[in-house]
Amino acid sequence: MLRDTWLVFVRVMLPVLRNPVAVVFGLAQPLLYLGLFGPLLGDTGWQWFVPGLLVQMALFGTAYAGFSLLPEVRTGVMERLRVTPVSRVALLVGRVGKDVVLLVVQSLLIVLAAMLFGFRASAGEVLLGLGLVALLGVAIGSASYAVALKVKLEYVFASVLSATIVPVMLLSGVLLPMSNGPQWLYWLSRLNPLAHVVDAERSIFNSGSAVLGLVAASALVLAGVCYGVRTFHRESA
Amino acid sequence: MIKARGLARRFATKAGPVDAVRGVDIDVAEGELVGFLGPNGAGKSTTLRMLTTLLRPTAGEAVIAGHDLLSDPAGVRRNIGYVGQRTGAGQDQRVRDELEFQARFYGLGKHDARRRAADLLDRFDLAGLEERGVITLSGGQQRRLDIAMGMLHDPRLLFLDEPSTALDPQSRRHLWEHIKQLRAGGTTVFLTTHYLDEADFLSDRLLVIDHGSIVGEGSPDELKNRVSGDLVVLGTPQASLVSEKFENAVVEGEQVSFRVPNGDRTLPGLLRDLGDLGVELHSVQVHRPTLDDVFLTMTGRSLREEARAA
Ligand SMILES: Nc1ncnc2c1ncn2[C@@H]1O[C@H](COP(=O)(O)OP(=O)(O)OP(=O)(O)O)[C@@H](O)[C@H]1O
Ligand SMILES: [Mg+2]
Repeated sequence: MLRDTWLVFVRVMLPVLRNPVAVVFGLAQPLLYLGLFGPLLGDTGWQWFVPGLLVQMALFGTAYAGFSLLPEVRTGVMERLRVTPVSRVALLVGRVGKDVVLLVVQSLLIVLAAMLFGFRASAGEVLLGLGLVALLGVAIGSASYAVALKVKLEYVFASVLSATIVPVMLLSGVLLPMSNGPQWLYWLSRLNPLAHVVDAERSIFNSGSAVLGLVAASALVLAGVCYGVRTFHRESA
Repeated sequence: MIKARGLARRFATKAGPVDAVRGVDIDVAEGELVGFLGPNGAGKSTTLRMLTTLLRPTAGEAVIAGHDLLSDPAGVRRNIGYVGQRTGAGQDQRVRDELEFQARFYGLGKHDARRRAADLLDRFDLAGLEERGVITLSGGQQRRLDIAMGMLHDPRLLFLDEPSTALDPQSRRHLWEHIKQLRAGGTTVFLTTHYLDEADFLSDRLLVIDHGSIVGEGSPDELKNRVSGDLVVLGTPQASLVSEKFENAVVEGEQVSFRVPNGDRTLPGLLRDLGDLGVELHSVQVHRPTLDDVFLTMTGRSLREEARAA
């Protein structure tokens, strides 16, 4: 299964490596936030803002992953792959692996860029912080592929995405602290697992405890991967 | 090689259930080349997708290449090859990569995968295209790539869903020769087609499916013989005189058409006899039975009427 996953991973990675424009453009959005939004938070804001930005990248970077699957389902590519003995789990995990590797590379570049602005982080913190971002990417990426397989049509998938990503992002406190708002909004954000991941990411870069967020992220990974694998296993996908 | 019993598939759609395949029994012996004929929407692809583990049957069971379809789909997959009706190569991939990865998905090592890919590129006239992106290939080139991808691992049992669509006559001939070679090498082949000439040239045996049920079975010759003979169309001013000589003759103006067995061989004698009767002829045509004719005799409906109704 490891071999299968590796093969699926390399197969989807090759076109990206050959044509890395998409990866470069993927950096534009976080760079804009870094340059045009970050300074609004003042000199001390970087330690607070950059971790949130990384979580936001994980969210936006992998939630759209499912789009790449739809043309392959519509033509016979998925069918051709599903008829080989390749493990069904590998078909999913190999793809998610590609998205997560790209996400981690992009996140690392953003962390380095942020350091030019005044963000401070030790190597260990970066490692742990990117690890958490990767976990989140696995969870969201898996779910994205599964949802794409279920809805099958691009325009439906697009509206499902915008209906879920925006509330999840607003209630996670990536842009502004949730504690700034009224009580009910704060408590609502506590129900959002992503809010705990954001808190954990901030703790990591400010020498705090990240346990709750790691638990939340691991739970998301479990849920996302299980959902994804189940959907990939189902026939007629 | 294939033994299916009561295989059925019902799709739930918003407009109500669709019974795509209604309980078919299929038996294919090792080394046989079986053609699966039927009009659009008859259930050919759905049957193939069930036999290849891609689609769960709603009823029935099957043993494919010695493995139970429902309890051991992985075993089935290891022993079969499948070329789907829709194109199977990723649009953002390169030709060589798709072939090599496909071989490796079937467990071949890097070296063997490369060798097999090169071999099939050669055999399907794709040499020189290996560095090209799939998206730049012509329709027929893509189709040949699809077919090559289904054969990389030398499966004992090969399913082909309309392999010759989009191929020019020469490539089609090539493909036919290739399929014949595979059969000669002991591979069992199960293929769908709309073309009687293809089914005729390739198949040891034909299965005809319509509305999800098998409506006929036999060798191409048996099936054609059921379409009692070739259609002869004569242009003559004495059409009604000629029509009296033949059973079921149809007169249309100065044209009379009727069926005779082995038209190509009976025609010379037949024309002599008509000449002796003093019949004057402007034109002579002989039509071999077509899929349409076979279909007509089997279902009482013409393929073309089907197409119009759909
Ligand atoms: N996923 C699906 N959902 C609903 N109906 C389906 C689905 N797939 C196929 N059908 C229906 O099942 C019937 C058989 O389809 P199938 O694709 O097996 O036909 P076919 O014989 O391969 O036709 P063609 O020659 O056009 O390829 C058709 O009426 C089709 O509309
Ligand atoms: Mg079909």
